[in-house]
Amino acid sequence: MTNDIYSQLNDLQIDVLRELGNIGAGNAATSLATMLNKPVGITVPVVKILSFTEVAEILGGPESMVIGLLLTLEGDINGMIMFLMKKDFADMILGSLLGENPADFSDMNEMCNSALSEMSNIMASSYVNAVSQMTNMRIIISVPDMCVDMAGAILSVPAIYFANISDKIILIEDQFESGENHATSHVLLIPEVDSLEKIMRSLGIDL
Amino acid sequence: MSNIITVGISQINMARAPDVLVTYALGSCVGICLYDPSTRIGGLSHIMLPSSKMSLSKDNIYKFADTAIVELVKGMESMGAKRSRIVAKIAGGAQMFSGLTSSSIANIGQRNVAAVKETLAELKIPIVGEDVGKDYGRTLFFYPEDGRVRIKSANKGEWTW
Repeated sequence: MTNDIYSQLNDLQIDVLRELGNIGAGNAATSLATMLNKPVGITVPVVKILSFTEVAEILGGPESMVIGLLLTLEGDINGMIMFLMKKDFADMILGSLLGENPADFSDMNEMCNSALSEMSNIMASSYVNAVSQMTNMRIIISVPDMCVDMAGAILSVPAIYFANISDKIILIEDQFESGENHATSHVLLIPEVDSLEKIMRSLGIDL
Repeated sequence: MSNIITVGISQINMARAPDVLVTYALGSCVGICLYDPSTRIGGLSHIMLPSSKMSLSKDNIYKFADTAIVELVKGMESMGAKRSRIVAKIAGGAQMFSGLTSSSIANIGQRNVAAVKETLAELKIPIVGEDVGKDYGRTLFFYPEDGRVRIKSANKGEWTW
């Protein structure tokens, strides 16, 4: 496919994305620590260029239950950002914030939903702010939309949005730890091709 | 012994009874089951987009409703199925994020379902069952031994039709 630039990113360009992921994760950890009122550590984020099928596998297979939060980006760049979390991440937040540990996702009450939605909104915004700060671009984030379902079904939405551009996507994987809790979050960056070019160009890198 | 044959996103596959076709976690995508009762040959397609005509890259014809279904019929015919006997069951096309307002993506599930129905109508294949729309993911099992479909959802249990 001629315009599948995601498969053709070189090491330098992936390094730039990793750095964006790094700063985003730093911001996210700070937000998380403030919300939970305790220290939160992060490891160096892993940035991968993957197919949607591979992303589903990383999340535990297409049928594994995840929480997906989707935000659309407008302004100087267009695209989507999706924040995905599994049960371990939800437990860390709900345990600290509400003292609740629902047995599974279907047990979550309105309060849990709302806490998770707000938390992932703040975290997703942390990544967007990182991009915004580094590139000096104005990015407007939509109101987040939350969905709890099978990973494959949730991923079908960005996959379809992106289907005309590429079958690959940028995944940033972060490991957070707070006290005895370890949790992994996954952020999908889904800029349209010209927006990715803009981001790269504003950082002095040609695509 | 029956084999379970998995159909991934933007893929098609055919099977004879007693083998089973399965596609996991349909969201806004649509799963199309075609069935020839006399030969007990079944075909399953997992499409992502309505039409190849609007797409920049046509490298995978199984991605689109209009091209994938035509290929699936051809594949079944090459195994001995007859077009005039084929019936269809369809599932998926959900709207996973209800608050999405971006128009191009908001009703994609609905548009996928509409495109599937249009293509089936052009091929004169009757739809004998459907479970489409709403707001949840579906895993689809299709049994060519009798044409039944079993849907498994994350929060709403499972059902067969």
